[in-house]
Amino acid sequence: MATTDEIRADLADIVNEVAGIPADDVQMDKSFTDDLDVDSLSMVEVVVAAEEKFDVKIPDDEVKNLKTVGDAVAYIERAQNG
Amino acid sequence: MTRIGSVPGSQHAAMLGLGAYRPSRVIPNAEVVDAIDSSDEWIQQRSGIKQRRWANDEESVQMMSVAAARDAIADAGIEPAQVDCVIVATVSHLLQTPAVATMIAHELGTERAAAFDISAACAGFCHGMALAADMVKGGTAKHVLVIGVERLSDLTDVYDRGTAFIFADGAGAAVVGPSDEPGIGPVVWGSDGEQFELIRQKEDWRDVLKQEHPSMPHLVMQGNPVFRWASFEMAKIAQQTLDRSGITAEDLDVFVPHQANMRIIDAMARSMKLPAHVQIARDIAEQGNTSAASIPLALARMVEEGTAKSGDLALLIAFGAGLAYAAQVVKVP
Repeated sequence: MATTDEIRADLADIVNEVAGIPADDVQMDKSFTDDLDVDSLSMVEVVVAAEEKFDVKIPDDEVKNLKTVGDAVAYIERAQNG
Repeated sequence: MTRIGSVPGSQHAAMLGLGAYRPSRVIPNAEVVDAIDSSDEWIQQRSGIKQRRWANDEESVQMMSVAAARDAIADAGIEPAQVDCVIVATVSHLLQTPAVATMIAHELGTERAAAFDISAACAGFCHGMALAADMVKGGTAKHVLVIGVERLSDLTDVYDRGTAFIFADGAGAAVVGPSDEPGIGPVVWGSDGEQFELIRQKEDWRDVLKQEHPSMPHLVMQGNPVFRWASFEMAKIAQQTLDRSGITAEDLDVFVPHQANMRIIDAMARSMKLPAHVQIARDIAEQGNTSAASIPLALARMVEEGTAKSGDLALLIAFGAGLAYAAQVVKVP
């Protein structure tokens, strides 16, 4: 099972690929919209790529609750363990 | 037992000519931002749209269709009298009956061509192309005129932040006829009515008339779920379409997705891993989203600008309300 930091690092690569944000900036306390400039459409792309990468389902209704990188990492960990 | 006779069709069908009509009013983002408390920068970032075309009072669905159709008929090198079927894909001809195709067929000077409208929203043009190719091959018609036309400005809520900057007007047309070799590949199409709420006319006309102050039932759309479906599910349909035509993305010259949103076009191209040599239609930046008209308009621009050439292989994929979709590989006329 991947560690929390491995999930964050993989997610950072996805955010980098979709939105061109340096992967090092994608830290747990960062807000996708306010700090990283990931808008709602890019967020959809990030979510779809994360679903494939981590083999989880992230429904549209959940996406709005994933405000920070930490929220997304925690959701992915729960979904993988659930 | 008496047998019913049959008529042979052509072995193959192809797009023989293409035409376009862009309405005269050029509407820059600056003209739509106040009503939605937005900015030119936000609209461009969100959609890639810099300006859109809206029709004036004279530029009716019929008028724009006839103009695009005349171009397509001339480009095909035939006479209007040789057109024996007219298919019009539209959701914005507000006189519901009769079909606008009948009036277009008459105004063009066809010899009482069969004429009817189809309703498949943004996917309408590719549905029409599939019908036309089968009609030519089945002997039902020899030259079919397929028109995609919209006046979405009539159905747009200028105060809706989700759609006011997107929708636009215009017409595109193609003549489909007999050919010595395959010019229109097999269609991949379908629908998902479970998700009909994602893009729809806001209310049924009967409900509109029950209101105290009846007003136009505008088009409404849930942007993010539509973006997800279009960008990723439609990329899979695009791949299936290449597979069914027996070609790969390497063989493709031109990619013409429905001009819904530049962000969808970019995400689809990324998701499909399109080779760098494939030219991608980006008419939406100047034209907006014209629903059924977007694919022929976008292809016509590429032909005018030289990014698509006669004989090129083009993948057309249309998708929208319903959620209906249709895609095929065609040879550029």
